[in-house]
Amino acid sequence: MENEKLSLPNYNIPEDLENVVAVTTLDRLYNWGRRSSVWPLMFGLACCAIEMIAAQTARYDMARFGMEVMRPTPRQADMMLVSGTVTKKMLPAIIRLYNQMPEPKYVVAMGACASSGGPFKEGYNVVAGIDKFLPVDVYIPGCPPTPQALIAGLIKLQEKIDRQSIKTVRWYNKEKKDGNYVPMPILGPDLIDVRRNADIKQAAAVAKVTQESA
Amino acid sequence: MATPVQTQTVDLVARFPGMVTADARPGYTGFIVNKENLVEVATAIRDEFGFDLLTAVTGVDYLAENKMEVVYHAYKTTGGPGLVFRVQVERVDPVEVPSLINIWPGVDFQEREAWDLLGIKFTGHPDLRRILMWEGYEGHPLRKDWKEPFFEEEAKPFKSRWPDGQHTFAENKNPFRDNLKFPADFDPEKFEVVNEDGLYASLERHTMKNEEGSLNTDHIVVNMGPHHPSTHGVLRVAVTLDGETIIGLKPVMGYLHRNHDKIGERNTYLQVIPYTDRLDYFNSMSNNFGYVTTVEKLMKIQVAERAEYIRVIMAELSRIQNHLIFIGMLMNDLGTMYTPSLYAFEERELVLDIFEAVSGARMMCNYFRFGGVVRDIPDYVMQKIKDLVLERLPAKTDEMERFLNENEILVARLKGIHVLNAEDAIKYSVTGPVLRATGVPYDLRRADPYSIYDRFDFDVAVRQNGDMMDNYLIRFDEIRQSLRILEQALKQIPQGPINSQKPQYQVRVPAGEAYGRIESPKGELAFYVVSNGKPNPYRYHVRPASFVNLTAVESMCIGSKIADFVALLAMLDIVMGELDR
Ligand code: SF4
Repeated sequence: MENEKLSLPNYNIPEDLENVVAVTTLDRLYNWGRRSSVWPLMFGLACCAIEMIAAQTARYDMARFGMEVMRPTPRQADMMLVSGTVTKKMLPAIIRLYNQMPEPKYVVAMGACASSGGPFKEGYNVVAGIDKFLPVDVYIPGCPPTPQALIAGLIKLQEKIDRQSIKTVRWYNKEKKDGNYVPMPILGPDLIDVRRNADIKQAAAVAKVTQESA
Repeated sequence: MATPVQTQTVDLVARFPGMVTADARPGYTGFIVNKENLVEVATAIRDEFGFDLLTAVTGVDYLAENKMEVVYHAYKTTGGPGLVFRVQVERVDPVEVPSLINIWPGVDFQEREAWDLLGIKFTGHPDLRRILMWEGYEGHPLRKDWKEPFFEEEAKPFKSRWPDGQHTFAENKNPFRDNLKFPADFDPEKFEVVNEDGLYASLERHTMKNEEGSLNTDHIVVNMGPHHPSTHGVLRVAVTLDGETIIGLKPVMGYLHRNHDKIGERNTYLQVIPYTDRLDYFNSMSNNFGYVTTVEKLMKIQVAERAEYIRVIMAELSRIQNHLIFIGMLMNDLGTMYTPSLYAFEERELVLDIFEAVSGARMMCNYFRFGGVVRDIPDYVMQKIKDLVLERLPAKTDEMERFLNENEILVARLKGIHVLNAEDAIKYSVTGPVLRATGVPYDLRRADPYSIYDRFDFDVAVRQNGDMMDNYLIRFDEIRQSLRILEQALKQIPQGPINSQKPQYQVRVPAGEAYGRIESPKGELAFYVVSNGKPNPYRYHVRPASFVNLTAVESMCIGSKIADFVALLAMLDIVMGELDR
């Protein structure tokens, strides 16, 4: 147990009790537990996933940070590592997985594609960044990010968790009970984000008018 | 050294007067077949002329001439040059061409792709559904008059960005403020989703029925993927199960369709190279190799001597690394979680170190250029390669074989499972190690040599049974042969320039077409490029090995157990970046 992480500074605990007693806050206890076992969803999308695998192998060994327990089911995962190009066809599946993850949950966008569409942004089947749909906690640049970069990004996530407080995190917020549910996009003539139905209808109507006048 | 069988030139015009004409356009070869006679001519091409392997089918949209063309590339599994034949049809809706699925069943997915992306209707195809996009998607993206939502200009470099380097967000120019495009007056609340009935109906059609009089068991349909821990990426398969036995199966793909062809047609020739890295992301070096050889064919330029050797060294290192991963992943799928793959990844890292030292990137090397490569190999890296090739890798390969080959569980899981026979493999246009494991010694490095492979002494790895075990063992054979090639290449590599051309941003590519193919670690990787003399390819098409090899999957696993199916995917060595593009 890393005492200095758990215990509040400035409390003098007698030396022989150091490993038994800790004076701390609830936040610190929660965060310490969470940051030390962020279990990623076993989930690879594209090229970046290969570097994600490489980060788990002997040379880089992500296990040093308590993150090696890849869970194949979203119900046991704490973090979604979006490792690769998000396509429109794949998006409903990703959203469904995200919605199935229990809270607290985090999203890390690995690589240029997941962050913004990357080299494939102009493609007709590509979603220009997963942050259009999911709340992203950490972005890791690179195409693909090296395993070192990935690990650095995950450490950033741990730092972020360290700063959270149970009073403010969204998953304990009573008003926003269903606030983290992301509605499923629909595959129609193109990808339909149901949150934007009104927008789409309006823009399509404008398009019709311009077409007719042209 | 076996020399490929030289075929006398095929004269289709003489054989089919009035039905076939020779393609006289400058830069083009092959024959134009009348649409009405296609099936008849194709049958003769297979049966009389012996072109048993149809590797590629793709379409080209010649908008200016108001024509659509379907191009076929047929080869002989005994080796030698291929035959190009094509059908031209007027660009009316719907564009209809007879399907060749009864002659070469391997065209199945490729015809579906041409339907999906180009809107060419193959009459007689039993299952013509969209394959990469979803059913209900608007338009056929590879048609020249179809514009993607973030469309800016026909060709790069875009005037808005170059030469001043300005940039505005593409989102700001699109009426929907995103990568979206809807028909005018579209109402998202009133429209009806096209469901997946087509898929399930087709699955139903291809499902074995309970035999008359046998026990009437219930069947269930299970969807595996697109998120599944072992499907090697985002592949989805819909399977019908009778207990644990697969009685019907349909792969569904496109979950990683990144519009490689469309983006490639907007890019300049040089800009395409880094995109090819991302096809089969385990083997960026091989992908580069395939693409640059194709364009060099069009440009008719020589490659610098030293660069030829560097290319071969990189491609073979890549093959070794790929096969090691293959073995590790296959073990993962069989249940020996992680340990063998950790061994495999350890060696892979050493190869990637070399790639990083020469190109600057571990995975996405972007290392080849037209006429050569981009940087020379420094001496210390050369030494590293030598140590790896001469000392470490041979020892490690032996070690892996010693650890694994006789493992009882492994043998029980692999031997006699998923047998593919040579006839079926050829029928389904399967290439690469999977084909060679069935006893067909068809390796492009020998059968249709490219680059300088004719200078090396090596054997084509062949195994006879076509089961999983042979597919596993042949990977080791290939690693050994690659090491042999590397050894010779390292000895013979001359000093000299690494590029025959001046470094340039824009290359001149004369009008015409080229189909260049290489033996990638996964099978035949080919590129079909049509140039009209402009700085961008007019048509750019990738013929990926994974995609075509997957055609055989349906017939291979009917009747086998669902648990073996995952291993079968490992055996076919598919990679989604290449499969979906
Ligand atoms: S960021 Fe690059 S490496 Fe990662 S998925 Fe996208 S293209 Fe592949």
